[in-house]
Amino acid sequence: MSNGMSTIKKMWLGLAVLALISPIGIILPDKFKAGSAWGEWGPEEIEKMMGFVPQGMKKLAELWKAPLPDYSFQGWEEKGLAMNSFAYIIAAIVGIAIIAGIIMLLGKMATKD
Amino acid sequence: MHIPDGYLSPQTYVPFYAFIVPYLAIAANKVKKVIRSSHVPLLALGAAFSFVIMMFNVPIPGGTTGHAVGGVIVAILLGPWAASIAVSIALIVQALLFGDGGITAIGANCFNMGVVIPFVGYYVYKLISGNSEITSARRWVAGGVAGYLGINVAAILAGIEFGIQPLIAVAPDGHPLYAPYPLSVAVPAMAGEHLMLFGFVEALVTALVIKYLQKADKEMLTIYGGAK
Repeated sequence: MSNGMSTIKKMWLGLAVLALISPIGIILPDKFKAGSAWGEWGPEEIEKMMGFVPQGMKKLAELWKAPLPDYSFQGWEEKGLAMNSFAYIIAAIVGIAIIAGIIMLLGKMATKD
Repeated sequence: MHIPDGYLSPQTYVPFYAFIVPYLAIAANKVKKVIRSSHVPLLALGAAFSFVIMMFNVPIPGGTTGHAVGGVIVAILLGPWAASIAVSIALIVQALLFGDGGITAIGANCFNMGVVIPFVGYYVYKLISGNSEITSARRWVAGGVAGYLGINVAAILAGIEFGIQPLIAVAPDGHPLYAPYPLSVAVPAMAGEHLMLFGFVEALVTALVIKYLQKADKEMLTIYGGAK
């Protein structure tokens, strides 16, 4: 599996490239004037579309304050596309590190051989 | 397809939680048996790949956005149970850290993207690729079809989960309490955009990775069957 090792390294490198170009995922929607995913609107958007916010939705929508909301920093909504692209890359790197870390840790705990 | 908090009623999200917690425990147990410790880095890579590929929002001009999940390629490489673990961990981190997908909806989101996509994708791939050579074109075509179908079945289920809300959770004044759109709107919307566009994104991601591995390291395409 020595060949396999090098493939994994190449794939990690590919992943790093994906993280660096990830802002495409916010720049393209901006250029093509596309909004949220279907069914992922915030309460304000729902109010605009429906004329009201459903009662239960109002209660649950703000349940959780994510530390890096929408793959950016808190309060950065109005900072523009360039700054948010930078934040997006940071979010991608942080997410990759945490997710890979969790699995490596679980894997260490679970496997013996 | 990341259902936020506030869209699903408790009578929907509680059963999904009740399903997904034991499901993931069973998956972890199965993975422990079939995945060797040398494959753990590949599982970590798969989960990280799924996470980052979901950040690539593809726009429908003037409309909504969507993205691939990467769950089918992970299922093809490491099996559907391992893919469930990989995608679910990505989804849980997305919900907790980035607010992408609701805390209450983790069960439903893990079911749609972490169970349905890997299982539909894996079995479609197996069915179409059959006993073909590892380097056969039939393999990446199978991967593409599997990606397309996997994400579409999940999108239709998410549409149903949205669409039943006005039927099962209504305020005394007749207004819906949670996701407001009926089945007749939610299902065609979720199905339509995935059939038209986002399904092809998952297909492309799946087929490209298979094509790459056929050239670079075809052993990788035999890990799941070989480890059993």
